[in-house]
Amino acid sequence: MTVHALSVEGAPKVNAAGRPAPQTFTLAVDNMRCGGCIRSVERAALGVEGVSSARANLSAKRLSVVVEPGRATEADLIAALARIGFTAAPIEAVKPDADTAREKYLLRRVAVAGFAAMNIMLLSVSVWAGRSGDMDASLVSLFSWLSALIALPTVVYAGQPFYQSAAGALRGGRLNMDVPISLAILLATGMSLYQTIVGSDQIYFDAAVTLLFFLLVGRFLDERLRVRARGEAQNLVSLQTGIVTLIEADGGHRPVPAHALAAGDRVLVAAGDRVPADGAVRSGSGEIDQSLITGETDPAPVSPGQQVYAGTLNLGAALQIEVTAADNATLLAEIGRLMAAAEQGKARYRRIADRAAQIYAPAVHGLGAATFLGWLVIGAPWQTALTYAIAVLIITCPCALALAVPVVQIAAASRLFRRGIVIKAADGLERAAEADMVVLDKTGTLTLGRPQLLYADQIPEEVLAGAASLAAASRHPYAQAIVAAASERSGIAVADAVEETPGHGLKRLSEAGEERLGSAAWCGIEANGGGSEVWYCRPGRAPIRFRFADRVRSDAREVVTALKRRGYAVALLSGDRMSAVESAAREAGITTWLSGLTPARKIAWLAEREREGHKVLMVGDGLNDAPALAAAHASLSPATAADISQRAADFVFQGQRLSPVLDVISTAKQARSLAFQNFGVAFCYNIIVVPFAMSGFVTPLIAAVVMSTSSILVTLNAARLAGRRGP
Amino acid sequence: MTALAWLVPAALLLGALGLVAFLWALRSGQFEDLEGAAYRALEDDPPDEPDDAPDEAP
Repeated sequence: MTVHALSVEGAPKVNAAGRPAPQTFTLAVDNMRCGGCIRSVERAALGVEGVSSARANLSAKRLSVVVEPGRATEADLIAALARIGFTAAPIEAVKPDADTAREKYLLRRVAVAGFAAMNIMLLSVSVWAGRSGDMDASLVSLFSWLSALIALPTVVYAGQPFYQSAAGALRGGRLNMDVPISLAILLATGMSLYQTIVGSDQIYFDAAVTLLFFLLVGRFLDERLRVRARGEAQNLVSLQTGIVTLIEADGGHRPVPAHALAAGDRVLVAAGDRVPADGAVRSGSGEIDQSLITGETDPAPVSPGQQVYAGTLNLGAALQIEVTAADNATLLAEIGRLMAAAEQGKARYRRIADRAAQIYAPAVHGLGAATFLGWLVIGAPWQTALTYAIAVLIITCPCALALAVPVVQIAAASRLFRRGIVIKAADGLERAAEADMVVLDKTGTLTLGRPQLLYADQIPEEVLAGAASLAAASRHPYAQAIVAAASERSGIAVADAVEETPGHGLKRLSEAGEERLGSAAWCGIEANGGGSEVWYCRPGRAPIRFRFADRVRSDAREVVTALKRRGYAVALLSGDRMSAVESAAREAGITTWLSGLTPARKIAWLAEREREGHKVLMVGDGLNDAPALAAAHASLSPATAADISQRAADFVFQGQRLSPVLDVISTAKQARSLAFQNFGVAFCYNIIVVPFAMSGFVTPLIAAVVMSTSSILVTLNAARLAGRRGP
Repeated sequence: MTALAWLVPAALLLGALGLVAFLWALRSGQFEDLEGAAYRALEDDPPDEPDDAPDEAP
């Protein structure tokens, strides 16, 4: 396909004046959801020095910006958007990719087939209506020839996707749904051409082209869902990492997009930031939160030379990290191997439509052949026998499979999308509908994955407000937890002149003396235990200790109860310590739990359940869950998950609640029951009409009407899913 | 009969015109952002122009 789309996608090298070509950046903008946002986002981008054009895409939640080279960077744009409250992240260079090209390829064919179907139907209806009246034979012949003139190029052009797929299947010695489709279309067109030449009235151009139109619409919807899911997944992964601070050879700092990092680069990770890539610590020491990697919630100390993984959270002072190539990191290599093995297992899953096609295709061929041979045996001329056989092929139009299933999927996807759930695997819905067991990970899945202030309601309000006014100046997770707790109780007054010493704490000079918020040592107190605490000291008062822990999501217990009521077995698998897992399990009401599991043990446990006949829906977020997500029958991960886990999961959900698990399950089940209803409708139609077609009572008029009404009926039934409110 | 000689080509021509218009719209990227286009129609102001047009830059 040639490049002819929007100007921003073009890639001129050097323009006429000999100046360097403008650069195009594509950014994912997370919270661009309203009509007014388009304008604000574009304005903010145009306000950046050196930007020559900006175009926001609300459906894709992306912003394309053309800048003059060197005059603006992606980081400038992200900062400009952050000032007006939008979270943005750079996306790796998007070319007019193969997905979009395929979508347009199908849409062009839909348009051509639609045009042809309408016009041929117009001519055919005149012929059918005229037959009972006084239409003269030469006019009937003229109309038939006109139909042929429109139908032949359409069938050649618009049928390509089916012929290619059918040819591929036949070369591989298989039968797929496209074989009977191609056969029906080609035979009907060829036979109708012959009938037009000899002047008979058994002409099927209208049915052949209408069939092609309906099937192309189904194919297009299917492709669209896939493209959208892929785009969403790319946005999510980009937003996870975003911009990082690169330390250049001369010691200068430069913001670059995380996907541009290469092995050997040095990056600066500030307190409260996530490590953007796997690497080794070069300078700085402190503590990191590895819960996204191992599920372990207590912070781990790091020192120069130590290996750190992408996704870990820096709790202490700024660290300098040298990026290392992925393959020499043992944990990642291990996870990669497990993932590859798990994904191979999953490739065996075949979609419902494909499985139905496996039964359907031979049945249709059998009926068509039986009709043809049957009529030959009882002495009909071959033309008549073939015409009746074609009527059978057209009547058995696989629209329930090829049109209704994609419509159901699109309706289900847009319903989930409105609730902040993104479908990543096109067949994920079908697999999720089959699950009978839900397995949860603890850290970040059952829990929020971020430290929360413990016993916040027992802390006096003025103490909490005072601590929060200091904490508001910091991005440290503990400080943010204090701010969150305080703003829940009352407002926060942000104190000014707060000084932060990364890795230690905050201080502020007030009239009464110095207030400090930070580690025990920072406040001059003998350290006496775990790291998940912060001290607050004010002049002349006893120091106060704040304790932090990860907490179970607010609706976890309801969701677990609802799952159990619907007959799902629920289990908790975690890499964390036994005591932490036990208390989380008790809080959520889960009785089956295992702690201290390695990624390999998680897969082994899942495989055992699978052998017992369970189909598992896995919900997890950590790097250590990625292989289990890939191995499970279906999988979900929160949008805060490690990017490798998001890639492995079939669904990604946003927000603080666990209820998306229920939404996914109920939508998937409804989608499946609608698909089966449609198969039922199509089956009943065929049972009634096929005997008539085989015995030769079906005229082209009846064939066209029956095929169209059954297609429209299954499509309307499928569209019910989009209209429904609530699960 | 002469009516038909006009009617049929006219019907086909108008249909083809619609098809060409659609294919043109598809090519020129009119369907890139259906949701956004719905909101853009409601904007009162003309689209913003960048302050520094590329041609005037040094």
